Order: sequence, then structure tokens, then C-alpha cells
Amino acid sequence: MIDIQDVTYKIAGQPILQDVSLQLDKGGIIALIGPNGAGKSTLLSLVARLLPLQTGTIRVDDLQIGQTVDTVLAKKLGILPQELTVASRLTIRDLVGFGRYPYHKGRPSADDHDRVDTALHLFDLSDLAERQLETLSGGQRQRAFVAMAYVQDTDYLLLDEPLNNLDIAASRALMTLLRDLTAGRKRTVVIVLHDINYAAAYADRIIALKAGRVVADGAPDAVVTAALLRDVFETPANVTTVARRQVVLV
Amino acid sequence: MRVRFILLTIALSLCCAAYLSIGARGDWGFVLSFRAQKLAALLLVGFSLSWATVVFQTITGNRILTPSIMGFDALYLLLLSALVWSIGAQAYQALSAQVLMTASAALLCGAALILFKTVLRAGRGNLMQMILTGVVLSVLFRSLTAYFQRVIDPNEYAVVQAASFARFSNVDTSLLLLAAVLSLGAGLAVWRIRHRLDVTSLGPVLSASLGEPPRRVQWQVLILISVLVSISTALVGPVAFFGLLVTSLTYLVTPSCRHSEILPTAALIAGIILVGGQTLMERVLDLSTPLSVVVEFIGGLIFLFLLLRSLR
Amino acid sequence: MAKWLCLIALAFLASASLFVGVIDLRQVAPDEVWPLIRDSRFPRTVATLLTGASLAIAGQIMQQIARNRFVEPMTSGTGQSAALGILMTAVFFPTAPIGIKMGLASGAALAGSVLFFAIIRRLPPTQPLLVPLVGLIYGGIVGAGVTYVAYQADMLQFIEIWMNGEFSGTLRGRYELLWLAGLAAALTYLVADQFSIIGLGEVVSLNLGLNYRQVVMLGLVMISVVAGLTVVTVGMIPFVGLVVPNLVSLLAGDNLRRTLPITAMAGAGLVLAADLAGRLVIYPFEMPVGTVIGIVGAVAFLWLLYGGSRLAR
Repeated sequence: MIDIQDVTYKIAGQPILQDVSLQLDKGGIIALIGPNGAGKSTLLSLVARLLPLQTGTIRVDDLQIGQTVDTVLAKKLGILPQELTVASRLTIRDLVGFGRYPYHKGRPSADDHDRVDTALHLFDLSDLAERQLETLSGGQRQRAFVAMAYVQDTDYLLLDEPLNNLDIAASRALMTLLRDLTAGRKRTVVIVLHDINYAAAYADRIIALKAGRVVADGAPDAVVTAALLRDVFETPANVTTVARRQVVLV
Repeated sequence: MRVRFILLTIALSLCCAAYLSIGARGDWGFVLSFRAQKLAALLLVGFSLSWATVVFQTITGNRILTPSIMGFDALYLLLLSALVWSIGAQAYQALSAQVLMTASAALLCGAALILFKTVLRAGRGNLMQMILTGVVLSVLFRSLTAYFQRVIDPNEYAVVQAASFARFSNVDTSLLLLAAVLSLGAGLAVWRIRHRLDVTSLGPVLSASLGEPPRRVQWQVLILISVLVSISTALVGPVAFFGLLVTSLTYLVTPSCRHSEILPTAALIAGIILVGGQTLMERVLDLSTPLSVVVEFIGGLIFLFLLLRSLR
Repeated sequence: MAKWLCLIALAFLASASLFVGVIDLRQVAPDEVWPLIRDSRFPRTVATLLTGASLAIAGQIMQQIARNRFVEPMTSGTGQSAALGILMTAVFFPTAPIGIKMGLASGAALAGSVLFFAIIRRLPPTQPLLVPLVGLIYGGIVGAGVTYVAYQADMLQFIEIWMNGEFSGTLRGRYELLWLAGLAAALTYLVADQFSIIGLGEVVSLNLGLNYRQVVMLGLVMISVVAGLTVVTVGMIPFVGLVVPNLVSLLAGDNLRRTLPITAMAGAGLVLAADLAGRLVIYPFEMPVGTVIGIVGAVAFLWLLYGGSRLAR
């Protein structure tokens, strides 16, 4: 469980997050939604220890963020960057192989190689394994990064707006992949999404933020309502039900 | 990978042999030992600069910045001059070159940490602003160095051996032993963190995710870079674009992202350029122009090319 | 008001410049005072004024043409090209009369500037800092070329003189060419409005019926003449053309017809003050003015880049 207690975060005196307390139970996909500037990415970055905590505490299972050695946390919590470009030239196999780094510290064992091969196969990347990352399409690259997170074998995976710059096919493929990862409630994916329809379709739980506070929290059909869109996103959009799923009419 | 490595090693050996033998006349024993010292200095410089540059590019996450472009070597010369100025010219005469070099290197470690941490933070995400800052800082350091040198001794042009161009043909061999010990020590430290550097090159988010946040290696690496740059600057003076030339060629011939391959390749290439180039300029073509001027010219063109290409 | 303050400050600095030197005027026999002033102090003072004013104006014009606040001739390859031209002339036509040498130097400076502008035209407008950066590197490459030729021709000692500006050698009979640079700078005042307009871009210029290319070429010729003459007579002085126009623009805006005289006076004042400081700081020895301005100018540049950049852009 990720336990967030009384987290407040300010940049130059401006509050970005105010007294946020959340319990994110293990298993499933948890989507963070909200208008621009609501504090979704900041919250994710705090959990991911990309930003230092100012007030409040965050615990991931029994590990407290800010007090735990980075290498220990790296086996518990993975982050997928928003920017999918890497400065150095890497093949897909190299990239996925780095997912094992927290375990082998640069000296991969036969087991590590096996896991990488399995992941490449599982994510349908075997044919691309020796290709350079920069020669791939956005969707393929995204898949490679998820494969890397998969071999890192963490209980929690954090993603910040991964659907940016992906077309509909790649977006759906990625969300399906994440669904499969969390199948059996073993892993937890926390994901910042812009498109409420994707959140409604794939998430098990949706948390809405506005102006640094949690304003809605629950199952998709409870959260995605016309009232939410009116109050949180300040747009008078209608919500309808298609195939027992909430859909925002844009 | 192995083939490439062997080829580079053979090329470097040939360059070294040519450097030692071509045009040697008279007493071979004397000529060889004389040239061997210079050769050792050139190899040390190549090693130090190439490793410093590779590591610097890894922690800053781009392939255009180098310690020299950011003003590290200019800062070393400034600190050296300021040191001589503060202790006075007489006391300076009494100090050995070794003590001076060690003191300046130690000062550089401290100054580089403060200064470049600030610059790296202020210019984060804005590469152009960071490079421009570095280039202007170099100008500032050079002017201040000139200032101190004038104040120390207004008549003599160089109490401190700090020419404006690097002098590969006239290396300071008195510092050789100390330089060798220091650079091998720093090199060993870099080699030990090579796997962590691999992870760091993935960028701040991924490396944090893998349990190696860049800020942790940054301190360590800036100190090692300061030591390596101090060594090469003390031996031959400032070389603006040499590091960039070496790393560009290295990334060209090594498709790998692993520092266990990049670092040795870079050192070999640096050695080939320095020793081979020096042999060519000095012994074969008999040119009076120092190699550094040619390196500066070609390196500058490469820099422009990389800069313009980075926009696409 | 500002103009008058500038003038008073300038007059004060200039008279100070006449009386500062290794020889104390009070201890000189009365009949030697006038020759000393005529042959050394006065030429030096005038040379600093002319150099400062023309460099500042050249910088202003270059910024208008590049539409970028961070360029100036001495850090963008024009000065280095001029040095290359002089060096080539000295190697190949050592006996040519001084006028021809000047012409060739300015021609080389012009060629260097035209190439620089050809490069920066292709840079994306979204990256304004790229322009000065390319300029600095371009200047460095041309500078390396200069060093190469100088080494081969065994003329290194001249490089020291050209690359770091100094007024200590300024005597009667050896600075008069600077009047030409001053004249070139003064002529820009006649077409100040045209330069204001090209600063708004090619489209606006064409829209207002201006011959864009002709004005740009006129500006480049002026910059090159100034660069060539100053490099030959006193050597390179960096940052004057960069810092002064930026400060003037912060205080007085960008209407060149109004600001050019202020820019000229402020440039003259800066170089004069730097030269005075250089003469006093290790008296009776001298600090080259290029070194003093290198320090002050680099700090000012960094300030513009970080602190003042909101205003300066």
C-alpha cells in the first residue's frame, strides 16, 4: 500500500498540493485525473522521490520515502519517464536489461539474461531487440520502456501521462498491457491521465485533484459524472453510459 | 567490440613507436628516455581529458558540453594565478611545482563543486544558456588570469607557466610522477562507478527509478573531473575542444552505451590523436604550429556541427 | 537630461585621462608639458573615446541586423576575421601602403561578417541564445586560423597585440586611422531610422518600403570598417558592443535616432574609464584595457543573461 499522509508542497510560496492524504491499496490501476495545474504530476513525483518532500510523509509498504536507501526502493517502486528519449544510444535489449540493474549492479547473471529474454518475448519485442531505441516508433518505444519496468519487477509502477504523443492504437495497446501487468492484483499501476475516457475504461480507481486537493475518489462509474466535469474541469460536458461504461461526450 | 579494441590498441602502439623513433639521431639511449617522458605525459593527458569529458557528458546528459567548454581548465589557471598572487612571488619561487599543482587541484575541486552545481541547477533544461554561460565564464576566468599575472609581475609575461595555447610539444615533465599517481587514482575511482554511470546516462527519471539518482554521483564525479582536468592543464595547458573531438569520435566508433567500453575506447582515441598528431606535425610535416591549434580548429567545427544538428 | 549628465561625466573622465600617466605633469619643466600632452596624452584620450564610441555603435547595429541582443563584432568573428586579413596582408604584401592594408583588413572583416550572418540566418528563431554561441565558436575557429598562420609565418608577437586591446602604445601619428572608424560610426546616425526598422525584421522592412538588403549591407560595411581599424590600431576589445547597447536600451529604449548618441557616449565613457582603471590599478605599470573590459564585460554579460534577461530580451 502507498500511504500518503498530510502532504503539502509549495513552489515559491504557491501551494501546489495541500494536505493530501491518500491510501493506495495494492493491486490494479489507479488513475489520477484533474485539470492542468491540479498537482497530479507533483504528487506522482513526490511518491517517485523525484522531488524532495516538504511536509507530510509517504510510505510504500513499510518503506518511508526520504529515509529509505534508493537501491532498496528501486526494487519496490518503478517510474516511467514522460520523455521517452535517452541521450545515449541504446538497443532495446540494452534498455530492457537496465531494468535488472537494482538486482545485479552492473554484473548480470544468467537469470537476469533469462528474464530479459522472457520480457522481450512477452512484449513482442524479440524481433526489435537489437534495434536502436531512436529508430523505433513512439508506440514501440513506449512498449520497450514498459518491458523494462516489467523486468525491474517492482510492486508499484508510476506513469506520468504516458499517452501523450501516442495514437489511438498505441494508447489502447499500452493500457491493455498495463491491465495485463496488474492482472491477479499482484502489481499496482499509478497513472496520470489526461483523457478521462481512458481512465474510465481501464482504471480500477480514479482519484480527481483540483488546486492541490483531492476532490473525488472512487470507482470509475462513481467518479466520472457530469457533476465532476462541471465542478472540477469547469466544462459543461455530458456523460453517458455505453456498454456499461461511463463515457464523456466531448 | 574486441576487434575494434585490438585495432585501436595496435594503432596507438604504432603511433607511439613512430613518435619515439622517427628522426632520432645520435645517442639512442638518451633520445629514447627523453622522448619516452614526453610520450608518457601525452598519454596521461589523453587519458585524463578523455575520461573527464566522457564522465562529464554522462552526468550532464548531453554530448555537446565538455569540462573545457564549461571553463574548468580556465578556472584551474585562474586559481593557480590567484594562489601565486596571494602567497607572493618570492614564496612562490620557494614552492615546488608539485605543491602548487596539488593545491590548485584541491582548490579547483571546491570551486568547481560550488560553481558548476549552481550553473547546472540554474541552467537546467536550457542547454544553450548553460553552454553560453560556460563560454562567457571561460572568458571571465581568462581575463582574471591575465589580470593576476600582470599584478604578480607587470614586466614578465609569464611567471606562471600558463600560455594561452596548449603546448603538447613542450610538456612539463617535472610533474609527471605526481600526475601519473593522481590520474590513475582518479581513473580507478571512475572505473569503479562505471556501472552506475551507465544507469546515470539513462536520464534523471529512469536512473532514479533504478535506484541511482544522478545527484548522488554528481558530487563524486565533479571532484574526479576536477582532478583529471587539473592534471592535463598542469601538464600542457588549456585545450578547448580536444575533449569534444575525442568523445565525438568515440561515440562514432562505439555503438555501445556501456562505460566499460566507452572509457577505454575514448582513452585510446585520445592517445592516437595526441601522439599520432604530434608525430605528424612535429616529425613528418615539420610544422611549427602546435597541434593544439589544429585540434582547436577541427574541434570547433565539430562543435558547431553538433550544435546545429542538435536542433533537428 | 541623461545626455547632459553623460557629457559632463565624459568631460571629467577625459580631463582625468590627460593628467594620469607615469610622468607627473607637475614635475615636468613647463616647456615639456605641451609636447607630452600633444604627443601622448591627447592621442591616447582621443583614441579611447573614438574606439569606445565606434565599438558601441557597431555592436548596436550588429544587434539590429541579427535581431539578437547578445551579439557584437568582437565576439562574433568580425574582429578575428579582421586580424586574419591584416595577417594575410602582412605575409603576402608586406610593402603595401597602409591604406591598402586597412582596406584588405576591413574587406576580410566584411567577408567574415557576411559568412556569420549567412550561418545565423539558418538558425531557428526559437533559440535566441544559439546566435551568440555560434558567434563565439565561429570567432574561436577563425582565431585558431589566425594563430595557425601566425605560427607558420613566425608572427606570433603581433597576435598578442591584436587579440588583447591596449592603448599604451598610442602616440601621435599612430592612432589617426581611428578617426575614420569614428566617422563610419557617426555616419550611421544619418540612417538611424532605417536601422531601427530593420530591427523589426525583413517583412516589416519590406512592408515599409525599405531596401532591406541594401541597409543590411551598409550596416555590415560599417561594422567591418570599425572592426578592421580598431583591431589594427589598438587590438580587440570584447563586450563593449554588447554591454553598452543593452544597458542603453534598458534605460532609454530602442529608437536609434534618440539612443545612438547616448550609446556612443556611454561606450566612449566605458572604454575611457576602463583605460583609466587599467592605468591606475598597478601604477606605474599598466593593465591592458582588453583585460579590464574582459572582466567587467563578462560579469555584465552574465548579469544580462540571468538577472536582466527579462528586460533585455
